Amino acid sequence: MKNHGTSLVSNIEPGQEVLSVQNISLSFGGVKALTDISFDLVKGEVRAIIGPNGAGKSSMLNVINGFYHPQEGEVFYCGQKRNAMKPHQIAHQGIARTFQNIALFKGMSTLDNIMTGRFTHMKTNVLQHAFWRGPAEQEEIENRLKVEEIIDFLEIQTIRKTPVGRLPYGLQKRVELGRALAAEPVLLLLDEPMAGMNIEEKEDMSRFILDVQEEFGTTIALIEHDMGVVMDISDRVVVLDYGKKIGDGTPDEVRNNQAVIDAYLGVPHE
Amino acid sequence: MSPDFLNTIEVILNGLMAGVMYSLVALGFVLIFKASGIFNYAQGVMALFAAMTLVGFQTGQVPFSHLINAVFGTSIHSFGWTLPAVVAVLLTVVVMILFAILVERLVLKHLVNQEPIILFMATIGLAYFMEGMGDLMWGSEMKILDVGVPQGGSLWLEEFTAGWATEGSTYYGMYIDRLDIVATVVAIVLVISLTLFSQYTRTGRALRAVADDHQAALSVGISLRKIWVIVWAIAGIVAMVAGIMWGAKSGVQFSLSLIALKALPVLILGGFTSIPGAIIGGLIIGVGEKLFEYGVGPLIGGATENWFAYVLALIFLVFRPQGLFGDKIIERV
Ligand SMILES: Nc1ncnc2c1ncn2[C@@H]1O[C@H](COP(=O)(O)OP(=O)(O)O)[C@@H](O)[C@H]1O
Ligand SMILES: [Mg+2]
Repeated sequence: MKNHGTSLVSNIEPGQEVLSVQNISLSFGGVKALTDISFDLVKGEVRAIIGPNGAGKSSMLNVINGFYHPQEGEVFYCGQKRNAMKPHQIAHQGIARTFQNIALFKGMSTLDNIMTGRFTHMKTNVLQHAFWRGPAEQEEIENRLKVEEIIDFLEIQTIRKTPVGRLPYGLQKRVELGRALAAEPVLLLLDEPMAGMNIEEKEDMSRFILDVQEEFGTTIALIEHDMGVVMDISDRVVVLDYGKKIGDGTPDEVRNNQAVIDAYLGVPHE
Repeated sequence: MSPDFLNTIEVILNGLMAGVMYSLVALGFVLIFKASGIFNYAQGVMALFAAMTLVGFQTGQVPFSHLINAVFGTSIHSFGWTLPAVVAVLLTVVVMILFAILVERLVLKHLVNQEPIILFMATIGLAYFMEGMGDLMWGSEMKILDVGVPQGGSLWLEEFTAGWATEGSTYYGMYIDRLDIVATVVAIVLVISLTLFSQYTRTGRALRAVADDHQAALSVGISLRKIWVIVWAIAGIVAMVAGIMWGAKSGVQFSLSLIALKALPVLILGGFTSIPGAIIGGLIIGVGEKLFEYGVGPLIGGATENWFAYVLALIFLVFRPQGLFGDKIIERV
């Protein structure tokens, strides 16, 4: 009942590097989205990625989870250089994510959405599903239990059966987090999980992120615009601007970095 | 009960049975459209191909025998056996699965992210290719398909209902084709199994996930290519069931592939992405055309079944273009 990520990460101690990107450059036609970016994520940390709109934050996550293939640079994952891989293969290695613009399965219930998050942990194949109910059914029950744990954790019991398309925005974001958590990821990528939320919702989401870090020891990459939130919940921060890295360090270091102040904190963002 | 009333009931029942067939064909379209956004022009030819293959296996024909004989100057035609229907059906299922794998490898894989119109053109090519392939493998002559389902009306039902009419009136009982009854039962079982499969299995959820959002599906580890193979295989099997029903009724020949045309109005009624829509749309058209023919047909010279479905679809296009179950389309301004 484990995916490949579990074994990959088993010999990495807390505080050791889980993933690093090295000299990543990515462009679309003439647009340089990322230029020579390097940074790492160590096991168990919340690593914020900040920067103004269009800085390349989402592109960075897309490189990490395989949606984008950089023209230059390397990704190291759990101590190994990673070859070019498809996004679904990377999911099987224990990297889960949420999206800046919610990407839930709209027609499906909360429960089913989170159940799809268990995909990489389920091993029975289509023939077993079609004919041979035994093992498939057993697996279904086991994974359903896991999903119920996540539903309890995120306090969304009451919307278990609701088609997610009908949920308010804040709850949709929470269900999307649930789907990513269901994968029991080694590395969790969150692209603006609190965008568009009110203060109360942001506080809830921050609490969930910290709980995930604490309870499961998950390594988390977090893109977020609200500087207060970033300073509160992240261990280290990477700052991007126009596709270049202009700062990297603890929240305090970054806050006092002149280049960051000029480029990011100084200019009004959104 | 008056004979008129009973006759109307009979017409409705017959309509439902015909509708089941339309629903099945439409279902094949919807499955593929939902998963990959492709309008599969080849759906009808898939039904024909499956039916030909089934007959070929059953009667022990050697595939490509014409070709082999022409090249090698031999004259082989038949293995000299006849297979039980069940075995032939299972073999045909295997062929449809292989077909799905080939479609993915040779066509879909190379056309990822293309415009829908290009994918549509590809399926037109596919349709003609399959039609030719079917002829080459099994010969183009019309074939009799017999899977052991008896044709003709159900005598039991006729006798059972004959007494229902008010005394003194002439009523001979309801006439419903036994083949239709069997076909309906098979279709119902098929739809229920598909529903359970898609609701309660990992693969089924993956199918629905891909239908909803490709990126998100990839992000949870679902391989789109695998899902496409599975969807085309299921569509192939659904096509086979439709091909068997239709083929058993009116023989296996080119015109069988035209049942796809009957699915178009069903899709317009039910919406291209709704499975319940395909089923209910098919039933409405089946019942509608039979009732119309029964009630209005005699007044206007009959043969209304040829056009009724299309006119109904046209009316829908004008007044409810999103179909019965689609969301109302509101133009963004
Ligand atoms: N798929 C794409 N095609 C073309 N340009 C893209 C694509 N994705 C991102 N970009 C460009 O890359 C730059 C960085 O975008 P993005 O990573 O979304 O920034 P951020 O998430 O920091 O706001 C922008 O100029 C954007 O237009
Ligand atoms: Mg972004």
